[in-house]
Amino acid sequence: MHIVVCIKQVPDSAQIRVHPVTNTIMRQGVPAIINPYDLFALEEALRLKDKYGGTVTVITMGPPQAEAALRKALSFGADDAILITDRAFAGADTLATSFALASAIRQIQKNMPVDMVFTGKQTIDGDTAQVGPGVAKRLDMQLLTYVSKIVSVKAEASEIVVERRAEGGVQLLKTSLPCLVTVLEGNNQMRFASMPNMFRAARHPLKVWDKDAAGIEDITKIGLKGSPTVVSKVFAPTPKSERAEMIEVESGDPRDVAITVLSKMFTRFPVVEKEIAKRA
Amino acid sequence: MSEVPAKKKRKFELDPKLAGYKGVWVFVEHEQGQVHPVSWELMGEGRKLADMLGVELAGVVLGAPGEQSRQFCNEAMFHGADLCYLMADDILKDYRNEPFTKGMTDLVNAYQPEILLLGATTQGRDLAGSVATTLQTGLTADCTALTIDPDNRSMAATRPTFGGSLLCTIVTLNYRPQMATVRSRVMAMTERDASRSGRVIEHPLGMIESSIITKVLEYIPDAMQDKPQLAFADIIVSGGRGMKKPENFQLIWDLAKVLGAEVGASRPVVQAGWVDLERQVGQSGKTVRPKLYIAAGISGAIQHRVGMDASDCIIAINNDPNAPIFDYATYGIVGNAMTILPALTEAFRQKLAAVKKAG
Repeated sequence: MHIVVCIKQVPDSAQIRVHPVTNTIMRQGVPAIINPYDLFALEEALRLKDKYGGTVTVITMGPPQAEAALRKALSFGADDAILITDRAFAGADTLATSFALASAIRQIQKNMPVDMVFTGKQTIDGDTAQVGPGVAKRLDMQLLTYVSKIVSVKAEASEIVVERRAEGGVQLLKTSLPCLVTVLEGNNQMRFASMPNMFRAARHPLKVWDKDAAGIEDITKIGLKGSPTVVSKVFAPTPKSERAEMIEVESGDPRDVAITVLSKMFTRFPVVEKEIAKRA
Repeated sequence: MSEVPAKKKRKFELDPKLAGYKGVWVFVEHEQGQVHPVSWELMGEGRKLADMLGVELAGVVLGAPGEQSRQFCNEAMFHGADLCYLMADDILKDYRNEPFTKGMTDLVNAYQPEILLLGATTQGRDLAGSVATTLQTGLTADCTALTIDPDNRSMAATRPTFGGSLLCTIVTLNYRPQMATVRSRVMAMTERDASRSGRVIEHPLGMIESSIITKVLEYIPDAMQDKPQLAFADIIVSGGRGMKKPENFQLIWDLAKVLGAEVGASRPVVQAGWVDLERQVGQSGKTVRPKLYIAAGISGAIQHRVGMDASDCIIAINNDPNAPIFDYATYGIVGNAMTILPALTEAFRQKLAAVKKAG
């Protein structure tokens, strides 16, 4: 069984700060990590490999520095890694990104058929959840999104059964390979890198593909040119015109504070008073 | 979205081939016989966009043949649609990506809307990404505001970016339809008007079951009773890192109990495991719009703000007078949440007793 896992290197959003005066993003010193949602996809792929045997190939599209994300994935146990990098990819939106990734996966398929493609449910920087479905459509693969559990895989029968998170319930779905699975978070935990895998990851000859190596001929489909969406502006949220009315009482007694805020609120928001009265 | 800043004012002419795309569509999402409320929230938003453009608003229903799908069409009109496109086929009884993608793309190609809106649910995102790729058009996820740029009649879609620390506005210029998804509870639900009506246009799916590879073996509904229902709660009491330790969170639960409220939390508290993931409010959690939101020990970064900004009244308690939450709360209390929460609990208890006594 051959599983391709698509990962992305992202800035650790928990550590992004906005400059208080200029309202610009302060990128300096923000560490780059593997998109946390992708780790659930990689771990799920590694578990299938442990169970059924096979090969796990990780790919990423990004700047040359994204090599670090691939080496990390190798240290967890991935067999091979491909960095898809080209200046021509710059400015790609999700449509252009799915075109480039799908082309690269077709190139991979020429050497070894691909049974499944795994991705995280979304990235933490873009938060769109659009690239997975896009890649599936372009490769004409069955699409299984928000998969919470892989129930069974029968490679010889080319059959997979999964649980898919739906609104208000779970769908139990059966489909045929090849398919693309976006893996829901929280149902597994990334293993620790083993010492042999860490050594292997450091020495592994990483494949680096530019657009030609990824099989891309039509450059109007990639990068900025291939992106229908355009960012027209980026801005900080405007503060509300009025700040909170601060409740201060002379006594400083919390009981007086509580009574003051309630009486002010019930006067200004009869709807809240009505809501609370319902509960009496 | 391309992360390249564009020029402020662009000279823009729509490709004449795309000029025929007219009208605003809202996908009416349903599962197990229930329309997802986000569809009606979007219908209200779609109505505004259609009125700005001077075009018609349509609902799109894909479902099994019969009374129920017809009823969904009627409901679409009640919530503001002028007409409804209906694709009724047994294949469409349960949501599956392949037939829904074909159905939706066929409808778009046949009737050519300029805007297509879907809920940012597991179903809506699954479908939107597939349809946009098949149609080779632009899609903007998780929008928090939609409007029409009067200069060029294109839709300007605003969404949080960089992990919710900034907002960006995205346009899809020379591609149609312009697609967007919106999360549940971000837009206000409009009044239902059962006197409204409109025409229903039926269109065939044109697939046979044996050609569809993915099969639904079973649908397992969630056990509802123990799941918190934050999105539709009228009163929410939330706690953040300022509660200091998990034991103190009991004060949040105590107040919530007196008020018959749901308990919410900020991201750090959820990550620390003090409360369940289902209770997280914010960009990466739930969007809520209660009548009263009480935030104790929450500093109120954008990440949290986008999830609760639409509350009617916000009471914020924080010991830091410079906490960002005071910039947008209704009432601010600078002080120790551990003493103010019990005082609030007692004051609300007395209020309830007084209401009861008065009958």
